[in-house]
Amino acid sequence: MNKHFTLACCTALLLSPLAQAQNGGPIRIGLPVPLTGPYGAEAKDQVRNAELAVAEFNEAGGLNGRKAELLVRDDKLNPGEAATRALELIEKEHVNFIVGGLSAATQLAVNNLTRQRKVLYISISQSDAINEAADFSRYTFHESLNPHMTTQAVGNFVFRKGMRIAFLTADYAYGQEMARGFRRVAADKGAIVVGEIKHPLGAADYSTFLPRLQAMKPDVLVFNNFGRDNQVSIKQAGDFGMKKTIKFVTPVLTYTARTSAGAQVYDGVVGGSAYYWSMADGTPSASAFNARYGKANGGALPSDYGSMAYSAVKSLLMAVKAAGSSDTEKVVDALAALRYDTYKGAQYYRACDHQSVQSVLVLQSVAVPARPADIFRVLATAPASEAALRSCAELGHGAAPAAVAAAK
Amino acid sequence: MINTETLPATDAAAAASQPASLFAALARQRVAATVLVLLTLPWILPNQSLAVNILIYGLYAAGFNLLFGYMGMLSFGHAAFLGLGSYTAGILIAHAGVAWWLAIALAIAASALLALVMGLLAIRTRGIYFAMVTLALSQCVYFLVYQFPLSGGENGLRGVNVPTIALPGLSLDLLDPTVKYYAFLVVVALTLAGLSRVLASPFGAVIEAVRENEMRTRACGFQVEHTKLMAFIMSGAICGLAGALNAIHLSSVAIESLHYETSGLVVMMCLLGGMGTFFGPFVGAALFLLIQDLFSQWTEHWQLYVGLIFMAFVLFFPKGVWGTILEKFHGR
Amino acid sequence: MEGITLELVGLQLFTGLALGAVYVLLAVGLSLIFGMLTIVNFAHGAFFMVGAYAGYAIYQVLPNFWLCLVAVPLAVALLGMASERLLVRPLYGRGIDYPLLLTYGLAYVMVELVRIGFGKQGLPVDTPALLQGSSDILVGQFPTYRLFVIGVTVLVLGGLWLFIERTSFGLIVRAGARDPQIVRILGVDVGKVWLIVFGLGTGIAGLAGFLSAPMQGISPEMGGSVLTVAFVVTVVGGMGSLVGAIVAGILVGVVESLAVLFFPEAAKVSMFVIMAVVLLVRPQGLFGRAGLMS
Repeated sequence: MNKHFTLACCTALLLSPLAQAQNGGPIRIGLPVPLTGPYGAEAKDQVRNAELAVAEFNEAGGLNGRKAELLVRDDKLNPGEAATRALELIEKEHVNFIVGGLSAATQLAVNNLTRQRKVLYISISQSDAINEAADFSRYTFHESLNPHMTTQAVGNFVFRKGMRIAFLTADYAYGQEMARGFRRVAADKGAIVVGEIKHPLGAADYSTFLPRLQAMKPDVLVFNNFGRDNQVSIKQAGDFGMKKTIKFVTPVLTYTARTSAGAQVYDGVVGGSAYYWSMADGTPSASAFNARYGKANGGALPSDYGSMAYSAVKSLLMAVKAAGSSDTEKVVDALAALRYDTYKGAQYYRACDHQSVQSVLVLQSVAVPARPADIFRVLATAPASEAALRSCAELGHGAAPAAVAAAK
Repeated sequence: MINTETLPATDAAAAASQPASLFAALARQRVAATVLVLLTLPWILPNQSLAVNILIYGLYAAGFNLLFGYMGMLSFGHAAFLGLGSYTAGILIAHAGVAWWLAIALAIAASALLALVMGLLAIRTRGIYFAMVTLALSQCVYFLVYQFPLSGGENGLRGVNVPTIALPGLSLDLLDPTVKYYAFLVVVALTLAGLSRVLASPFGAVIEAVRENEMRTRACGFQVEHTKLMAFIMSGAICGLAGALNAIHLSSVAIESLHYETSGLVVMMCLLGGMGTFFGPFVGAALFLLIQDLFSQWTEHWQLYVGLIFMAFVLFFPKGVWGTILEKFHGR
Repeated sequence: MEGITLELVGLQLFTGLALGAVYVLLAVGLSLIFGMLTIVNFAHGAFFMVGAYAGYAIYQVLPNFWLCLVAVPLAVALLGMASERLLVRPLYGRGIDYPLLLTYGLAYVMVELVRIGFGKQGLPVDTPALLQGSSDILVGQFPTYRLFVIGVTVLVLGGLWLFIERTSFGLIVRAGARDPQIVRILGVDVGKVWLIVFGLGTGIAGLAGFLSAPMQGISPEMGGSVLTVAFVVTVVGGMGSLVGAIVAGILVGVVESLAVLFFPEAAKVSMFVIMAVVLLVRPQGLFGRAGLMS
């Protein structure tokens, strides 16, 4: 198949004066997500949501009859595997675009490849790194919240002047990004950071860290970690009796973590999130999204992680429609300029780093839900604003985004 | 491993079949035979990135096989060499703008050096203790590299971009998967040629002697510790090369490549393919990667099937696929 | 470093003991199995994890923590014995590597089966009501449950000591650890001995998992991280030595705890450094027999 066929095709294309790279034929979107491993549930929900967005696009007629197609791949939460899948999607499947990634490392590995090959990539992973100049490219877009945004939203709501704040930080990029973000808000609000204890990623036992944190006598304890670490550390801190006198705060409250660890463990914990279904009260697009997702999935409600996939694919296809073509360069321009409201209110991509500017929810976990789905309570909504992002200069971007556009 | 010198030159053997003599002929030209098979991979596999992965992991397994299959020393820390090779080449290319050939050479040197250090520390132990020491030392390397600022830590190292290889009179576009595959194949072929020479040399004989009966080899006057160390270094160097190629292939290096699971991976591949055989490592790498690829498309529980298949091999086909095939046709 | 008081060090020491208790239970099981069968059980972490999940499952049917405390090790031991009889036994005599490799694959299979049965995400486990809260241990408030874990470990070790030192079966185990071949020559039904020892070792691992569950919750991956520690402890103590497993387990637990206090970055590497140093100075481990080889 490969060599001769490609050669023939290229020749034909070059010779044809009307040749455009991928006109005609389905619009193919690659979706590498970690179906295997601890985040399998989130990844599955991302797939369902992406499929919903594709279905909506196709039902509305597609792009002049051209339908969109989703190619799901399992990146096994391993950056090397994610890179291999990205290569397969680009080289063998000839996808037009790629959406995906849950862990920071996998999105960065995929992004590194896509920008080299000038393929549009929308990341749905929560990480700051992809916005920085070193990893950025014209073809890189970041739909998810990044740690900085969530810390600003949560910190703004919780911190007060004179409050004593302690950090329990996972000693890796994500944890450090969170800590940095919270420190900034604390400084803005006049709260005092009384201490920070770092723990190794994946620590099963926090009993060695908690007494020291207790000794700092904080008003607020911020858990700068994620996933299992988050569940275990909050559980153990509760076991140590710390919840009685200290307010527990975490940057991100996820639906799956809360379900996995249980109501008692997370009771009262405050955290940030991109989406919670109750946004439907007050946001028409959320309401519509809930309804459509429920219809396609037997009455279920969309989750935070999944909804980001929905938004990424939907906004991408909106850009395709706006550009009137699946040509990468045109779609990139259209997407960069797009104002969209896919599921939670107005969003757009900031010019210098293609970060989606969006609202952030501050949630609190509820111990005894009124209804099974009422696991969280919305305390506040931080509006979409570039002020919640790190400045372009801080991220290393030069004067104009065009200067950084050249794929390395 | 096929040792042609021990083939009995009797009528019985001659009548024993065409396949036997075919294998004997192949054994004499094992490098060429291996390369011939590898030449066809991009055309018979579902996708070419998989083919490159097989090359790289096959090389990794070949390096490991030198120590485990031929020398009989089970190391659970070989990820350290693969990973260090990747990170060395990666950091040099991404952060220091070093040329690809120099980066690869330095990666091999770094891995060899690490192997020297680890070897000196580990060689004095044997059996399960050797496995545990290598595991511990490689975990130390994992944590050290994790903390090293240029490695990118948990986020991995990106920017290892080698889009073209400029040779005198020829420019190879590495963004083309077919070109990349054959460029890597040249490197792998040369390495295999070297490895084959080593294995066929007196040194290679000593290596296998140590595996069969260490005390006797020592009694015969051979420097066992010295041999072990040399083998360890060579093994590390080959794995380092595989790592460097991997960094260029994926344009990034993941911290997982230093984790002990990657060490376990190569053990599984070697066993599946056939330890102590020349072609076995590639068979094992191909088999493992293909199974993983195919199964993960059907089910998210592919690890169950991989585990079951692996257990079945340990129980019923301990010589691995290639080893069993050789055994059948060679009657060994 | 500010805030480091004697009380804090004392608390941290106790934490190290609690941490070490779980390590000791795992290492004892591993050492037993290696000492008697010369098998390195790479599935030991998986049995630990299965113990935690077995506890969860049995609790649904039998909502009594104390009954589960007895039932879980038995259940896991049964599973261990089945594995030994069907999977490991056929490999005996083929060299030390094969059972090791088999158990490596077995671990994969066990983890995935648990994922299929119980989901990928992990499940919450509550501390039993009686053991909730904290107790005053002079140097400060310490979680009651962890004291319980230390207590259970001491009891189990005591029972194990009695079993090995005072029963005829224990005599066989000791003899087998010293010289497996002689035991066989003397006509002992080694098959039965292996079965029971493997069951005993894995049963204790399952118990450790059950005990850990309220402290850290359960997830299919919990066995992997704990396995490395178990190996380090067993090797430092000396493979085949129970005293070694106990001493090394406590040592690793305490050192890790104190390292967090004084050298946090090095905490995770600390156990590997200990292991590397011990093996270089005394390759057979602290209490291992010299010459215990491949």
